[in-house]
Amino acid sequence: MFEKLDQIFILLRDWVVSFLPPNWQAPVGVVLGVVAIVCVYPALFAIAVLMERKGLGRMQNRYGPNRVGPFGLFQPVADGIKSLTKEDLVPANADHVVHFLAPVSLVAIVFMGYAVLPMGRGMTLAPMDAGLLFYFAMGASSELTVFMAGWSSRNKYSLLGAMRGVAQMISYEVPLLMSSVAVVMITGSLNLDKIVAAQNTYSYGLPHWYIFTPWGLAGFVMYAIAATAETNRSPFDLPEGESELVAGYFTEYSGFKFAEFFLGEYVAMLSISGLGTTLFLGGWSAPLQALEWVPSWIWFFGKVMLSICVFIWMRGTLPRIRQDQLMNFAWKFVLPLTLVNLVVAAVWRFMGDGWLRWVVCSAVVVVVYVSAALGGMRREKFGPRSYRYAE
Amino acid sequence: MLGEGILKGLAETARNFFGSYVSKERLTTVQYPEERIPAVEAARVFPFLVYDGDDWQKGLRCVACQICEKECPPKCIYIEKSKDKKPDFTGRPQIFPARFDIDVSVCMSCQICVEVCPFDAIKMNTEFELSTDDRFSGLLLHKDQLAHPNEYFQKLHPTDAAEVDTRRAEELAKAEAKAKAAAEAAAAKAAAQAAAPKPEGGAA
Repeated sequence: MFEKLDQIFILLRDWVVSFLPPNWQAPVGVVLGVVAIVCVYPALFAIAVLMERKGLGRMQNRYGPNRVGPFGLFQPVADGIKSLTKEDLVPANADHVVHFLAPVSLVAIVFMGYAVLPMGRGMTLAPMDAGLLFYFAMGASSELTVFMAGWSSRNKYSLLGAMRGVAQMISYEVPLLMSSVAVVMITGSLNLDKIVAAQNTYSYGLPHWYIFTPWGLAGFVMYAIAATAETNRSPFDLPEGESELVAGYFTEYSGFKFAEFFLGEYVAMLSISGLGTTLFLGGWSAPLQALEWVPSWIWFFGKVMLSICVFIWMRGTLPRIRQDQLMNFAWKFVLPLTLVNLVVAAVWRFMGDGWLRWVVCSAVVVVVYVSAALGGMRREKFGPRSYRYAE
Repeated sequence: MLGEGILKGLAETARNFFGSYVSKERLTTVQYPEERIPAVEAARVFPFLVYDGDDWQKGLRCVACQICEKECPPKCIYIEKSKDKKPDFTGRPQIFPARFDIDVSVCMSCQICVEVCPFDAIKMNTEFELSTDDRFSGLLLHKDQLAHPNEYFQKLHPTDAAEVDTRRAEELAKAEAKAKAAAEAAAAKAAAQAAAPKPEGGAA
């Protein structure tokens, strides 16, 4: 019964496909998987937007949207209808083709990442050996769409937003990759299914997720920081910077194209949370051995939505950082830590089982964290402000 | 330590998040169309015309003196004087506004019209839900839309209204006393004339 529920989507696909002639079955099965992904993630996007608006409201002691439907639950529907019916404006001097292609390619590229994510036991659309590589290749191309949008709009704000966006995304791409490489070093595989399988073991009923190791915890924190910056989320939302740049690189977009950028941002957030879940939080594996009977996809989507909640929580808490702080943080703090984390992961890999590797690895991580915090992120000492001419 | 401030901030927002479900005092939002904050007494939006009694046409205090029209900084008041006269509250015949329009899309709620009116005929309203789909004639308020009874004024601005009412009562009493004195004097004169002998006889 629970095995069937666990595999329900695969069984459903196989049942639909079984009505077709044999040489049609494989391609139609893939298309069905794509359709499922393209339906499920926008639905999660709607839920995430509602959660974000309600949650941010509560964090600021407001109600949040509560007018459309019971408790404002239909607010995403209203938003969708609104964005569909709004006028689609294109600036006269804009590069029309690129201006049109930017949001379309953003959404396409962002959805490509889901091809390799294992969303449940055996629920990977394209289980390829270099899955992680494919994912990062797709993630890196979303920078291109940001630049396309900013450049083609012929607008100062768009261009500034795009430049900030590209600088930020390239800077944080490095720690994002570096923190993931530690997982690859331990697992010895770029295949995301194998990475999940490696974490899906239990001792004393507790899982072997990588977040429960010193290098994994450090890697996860760095990954989370870099992922926040990659998806242009607060506190790293300088490319949008609504108080300075109107809306950053998508200033000149309206109507459904704007909605596509919005969708792209949230779907990228869901996707990068999915990758983080896969790499560090055990993917679709249950948090306790006793809970293994719960369908695997529930754990995957539960973990993803929990990560989204943390994203929202961060947004409700932190103010936007400055450009120099952003760059300092990336190159002077996050990157050194991920590099050291690679060494820690190597030490962990070759010290064998035992308590000693826990002590050594934890000590190295803590010492590097403290010294990087004291050295790299040292604050400039400013004296009391003096006024030379005005007294 | 680095990251300490972030954790403190996260704790604060978490406290707000859960606290807003527990204590009602945290949620200060007034759910506007269903709930309203009562207007403060000094609130003002756009002017209205006060009338006494039940019939707004008969009781309108305005005598079309056009002081407010002339003083209005954005010139949003338009008055046409009447040709005939009607008695005011003391019984004196006065002209009245045949037309009294306020363009609330122009009005800047400065209250100068209220301050210059010698007849307490124009006062500030607190009605603010004036949205309309016709931005020209929908926002040009005519005499019938502007007229509100004195009771309405008393409700909106009780202190101000009480002061106006006592002043007007005094004025009315003075006018009545004067009328009475005049009538008495006239009656005494008539009586004296009637009682006195007529020396010239019919030679007037």
